[in-house]
Amino acid sequence: MLIKRRTFLKAGAAAGTLPLLGKTAAADEFKAGYVYVGPIGDFGYSYQHDQGRLAADKALGVKSTYVEKVPEGADAERVIRSLADDGHKIIFTTSFGFMDATLKVARDYPDIYFEHATGYKRADNMATYNIRFYEGRYIQGVIAGMMSKAGVVGYIGSIPIPEVIMGMNAFILGMRSVNPQGKIKQVFINSWYDPGKEADAAKALLDQGADIVAQHTDSPAPLQVAAERGLKGFGQASDMIKFAPNAQLTSSIDQWDNYYIDRTKAAMDGTWKTGDTWGGLKAGMLKMANYANMPDDVRKAAIATEQGIRDGKIVIFKGPINAQDGSAKVAAGQTLNDGDIASMNWLAEGVEGDLPK
Amino acid sequence: MRLEIVPRGERSRLWAYGSPILAIALTLLTTLMIFAVLGKDPLESLRVMWIDPLTARRGISELFVKGAPIIMIAVGLSLGFRANVWNIGAEGQYVMGAIFATGVALYFYDVETFPVWVLMIPAGILGGMVWGAIPAFLKTQFNASEILTSLMLTYVANLALLYLVVGPWKDPEGYGFPQTRLLTAAASSPHLIPGTRIHLGVVAAVIIVILGWFLLSKSLLGFKLKVAGQAPRAAAYAGFSTKSLTWLSLLVGGGLSGLAGMFEVAGPIGQLTPALPTGYGFTAIIVAFLGRLHPVGVFFGGLVLALSYLGGEKAQIALGLPAAVTKINQGILLFYLLGCDLLIRYRLRVVPSKRRAA
Repeated sequence: MLIKRRTFLKAGAAAGTLPLLGKTAAADEFKAGYVYVGPIGDFGYSYQHDQGRLAADKALGVKSTYVEKVPEGADAERVIRSLADDGHKIIFTTSFGFMDATLKVARDYPDIYFEHATGYKRADNMATYNIRFYEGRYIQGVIAGMMSKAGVVGYIGSIPIPEVIMGMNAFILGMRSVNPQGKIKQVFINSWYDPGKEADAAKALLDQGADIVAQHTDSPAPLQVAAERGLKGFGQASDMIKFAPNAQLTSSIDQWDNYYIDRTKAAMDGTWKTGDTWGGLKAGMLKMANYANMPDDVRKAAIATEQGIRDGKIVIFKGPINAQDGSAKVAAGQTLNDGDIASMNWLAEGVEGDLPK
Repeated sequence: MRLEIVPRGERSRLWAYGSPILAIALTLLTTLMIFAVLGKDPLESLRVMWIDPLTARRGISELFVKGAPIIMIAVGLSLGFRANVWNIGAEGQYVMGAIFATGVALYFYDVETFPVWVLMIPAGILGGMVWGAIPAFLKTQFNASEILTSLMLTYVANLALLYLVVGPWKDPEGYGFPQTRLLTAAASSPHLIPGTRIHLGVVAAVIIVILGWFLLSKSLLGFKLKVAGQAPRAAAYAGFSTKSLTWLSLLVGGGLSGLAGMFEVAGPIGQLTPALPTGYGFTAIIVAFLGRLHPVGVFFGGLVLALSYLGGEKAQIALGLPAAVTKINQGILLFYLLGCDLLIRYRLRVVPSKRRAA
């Protein structure tokens, strides 16, 4: 029964793609599909993915399609299936919440390649990829540690998943490497993109004595709040300098371009293989925006830190690291492996406030 | 020459049904113009948005999967709206139903042989009812506006959802990501047609439309609801209790919203996640009015709105239009609907301009 159903699905999938193949083979058209959680106008996370898409289109001459603002629930599966039915040969689903939907569709379309960003479930035709965003956070921490007069950074978190937690911890480790008394005050707004809430959170944190804003949410709103008050902050995902020319210190820029080019090319050549990619500064998947609005010595320290991470001289999650309550979390000389980092669920010493429970 | 708006004296039956059709026609006309301004072929765009979703593979089935929760909620709301009980918080009742149902599913996580989803149905209804009962209590005891209380409780429900998926119900093998385990096969709404996502919830929505129609048209209770809404004082003289109708409206509205939430987690979503609330409870308000507060009308109204979501996705895939196209469509439709409803109570009269005496 089970076998029958699977063959049925496969046959259905094949039948669905056949007429399209006939049509596209003549024009030699290879179609790539992208699914975004936010609007491409967020100028942050989804925007950067779209920049990657455009770069891949240009480099390879392929035609691509995107669907934006796809809710991470029942709708995702339908959108991904639509793209699959529509003859897209490689489909990138760019948010964690698309994981199970992508997996479900991938099972029904064994001939299409699926790429899921920031997740951990894989299949023969479904790979995962992500950026070591935390490397940029460490550099931001170093800058904040040198720039903050109060020694307090206001940090706007989105959803308390490991990616956000590791970023916050990397930030405080960078900050405390130059100012051992440095502190983070944090707020989680439980959303990736909500300019109103993000701005409110930024105002609240500044009112509590923070004098630099850092954010793990996607809109330029928090940075703009800092700018209004004559303070400094960091951009997110893209270079947000045009939103706050006098306030952005730097920004961790997601560089999906090369990954999208490589993977699309592999899919076209038939050399595509499943796997997991987690690249940072060294792999060129993360770039820092121009270090601006800071004195020379800070800029030099930032550049040195960036170089150190790239060379492997600076290992971010290397002991001794204390947990929030002061207890030892990582012993001196010990280093966290990728598995430990990817499942991080504790805050480091210097971060104030609990994770939302 | 000028136009005058003149009261009709009594409601026009023709325009009560003609208004939504005119509104849909005007919406299509307006979107046609928007497409033209955006430089897209207008007729081609209309075809992509309103016809392609239906002819696509699994198109019709997806339409029903998308429409089912909206229809379920809207049937409940329209009964209450009939009686002037303005339950704006269906979204929260939907979330609560999903939470209660997931609670049952997680409690019986290890049960494989017994169909857990059978127990999740009453749990979902109960969850929605509890969330509907609070505004009902506040209304009947303290005369607090149910518009405000039910809306505010939506935010409370969303926070409760977040608390659960970040805290006690977090998937232990989920790397700390805020969502529950995937529900087991025993806790999933049974799939009815292989190769599609049609599940029991879709059938339930159709049954609810029929029950709602029966309740409204054939029962004394339906008569009471209608009288209470159209002539509250007559209802009072007849001895119909406003209090009990308020309770009934909010419990039925809440219960059906909760059921919709249950079927979404047990069906297409498959787990409780922070992304559960996508605004079905608010979309259902448009649907209730589009369907003339009548269950059968709501059924078709729900399908039209579901089609607008699917068409918005197709427009992005095939035309490269932005996602906002869906919301714009829905907004234009509601705008015209409210405007056209003027014709039910008023008519337009052309008044020839008088020449001034020299």
